[in-house]
Amino acid sequence: MSKSVLLVGTRKGCFVLESEDRRDWAVRGPYCESWPVYHAVLDRDSGTIFAAAASEWHGSAIWRSADLGETWEHSSEGLGYPDGDGGLKLSKVSNVRPAHGRLLVGAESAGLFESTDGGETFSLVTTLEGYEGREAWNDPAQQPPGHLGLSAIIPHPSDAERFWIIVQGFSLFETTDGGKTWAPRNKGLRRDWPADYEDIGFCVHKVAPASDFDRMYQQNHVGMHRSDDGGKSWTEITEGLPTEFGFAAATHPHDRDTFYVIPLDPGHGRTMPDGKVAVWRTRDAGSSWQRLDRGLPQENAYVGVLREGMAIDAHDTPGLYFGTSTGQLFASTDEGESWSQIGGLFPGITSVTHASVD
Amino acid sequence: MAELHLPATLPPLFPGLPRKLEVDAATVGEVVSRLEADWPGMRDRLCEPGPAIRPHIHFYVDRERAQLDTPVEARSRVDVIAAISGG
Repeated sequence: MSKSVLLVGTRKGCFVLESEDRRDWAVRGPYCESWPVYHAVLDRDSGTIFAAAASEWHGSAIWRSADLGETWEHSSEGLGYPDGDGGLKLSKVSNVRPAHGRLLVGAESAGLFESTDGGETFSLVTTLEGYEGREAWNDPAQQPPGHLGLSAIIPHPSDAERFWIIVQGFSLFETTDGGKTWAPRNKGLRRDWPADYEDIGFCVHKVAPASDFDRMYQQNHVGMHRSDDGGKSWTEITEGLPTEFGFAAATHPHDRDTFYVIPLDPGHGRTMPDGKVAVWRTRDAGSSWQRLDRGLPQENAYVGVLREGMAIDAHDTPGLYFGTSTGQLFASTDEGESWSQIGGLFPGITSVTHASVD
Repeated sequence: MAELHLPATLPPLFPGLPRKLEVDAATVGEVVSRLEADWPGMRDRLCEPGPAIRPHIHFYVDRERAQLDTPVEARSRVDVIAAISGG
């Protein structure tokens, strides 16, 4: 029987939670020497945990553990921009994705790196040089506090040459040739600000594909959207949600029409509306939404959830997990119908991922 | 040989690394190179590309704030400090 492993990235290191029944969780950590961890994932093929971390003192590194967190190594060899590359400076590694035998890493300033030796060394794949909008997204004056740069990597499950990336505040891009060339995928998205470019300048927070990867959901700075053609075009599905803003989202692993999102107040507070914690679910691809709050705090709960802060597992009845930027971790084992707080009180949570381990 | 003192944040990153060690180097930059040779990856923990000392890492040679080109004498004391910051 497999056990569930939750990897929780926080402002003070990575935590590993394990459970046989998804109800009682054993907590280990903090790992990665309590460096701020922006994203941590388990590579199912190698059984290795990878964590993207950046220390205020000692810089960025990808940490790795081949024994579920008992021992760790780190490397940043090759994680940097060549001198003269437009003055780009790598301030942090913001996300990490194993896919098809290579490890992809997103960084701030926006760049994509890869490792083909299991995270020991890295090389630069692209900084999207020559692409429209690059000067703008690398302009510090146009970057928000806590800028993540290349904030997400979404590999296709069967096509090693095809994946999507998000450049924070500017665009979703798709490559079909392993990262050599890129196409912006923002058609149909809304933007409520002046447009400097026709195809670039959309604030993509989170893209969550269904298992077929034709259906995708997107939480944007302005609105929830759905794509039925692998991101080539988008339709807004915000109606019925309490706000158009949020970060975290997850798609049901067995039902492409079911999708979860955590709406937040869109101002600078970016916490749960009215101080009441809730996850919202659609079962009909965004035509209608249900509020899910049983077991979640409904009074004075001014918490937020960041873009990698929610995960869903692949059980027949999927479990959902989300962590707040103030360190509370919640779980559901019944597709979001009811929730309970698990694990304890953590430092601010940046990412939550789930893996089943035999 | 100069006497090098390292911050407590470094040994957990490099198993076996002592807090205090002797190093034969003519400049702070050479100190970093010697460390990198014995503890691969150390340069990235202390320096940014350029190279330049990381913003929150301070080097002192005989109690004077130092840069990578600061000379190191045979009997110098070199302190590496992880600046107090954060919360």
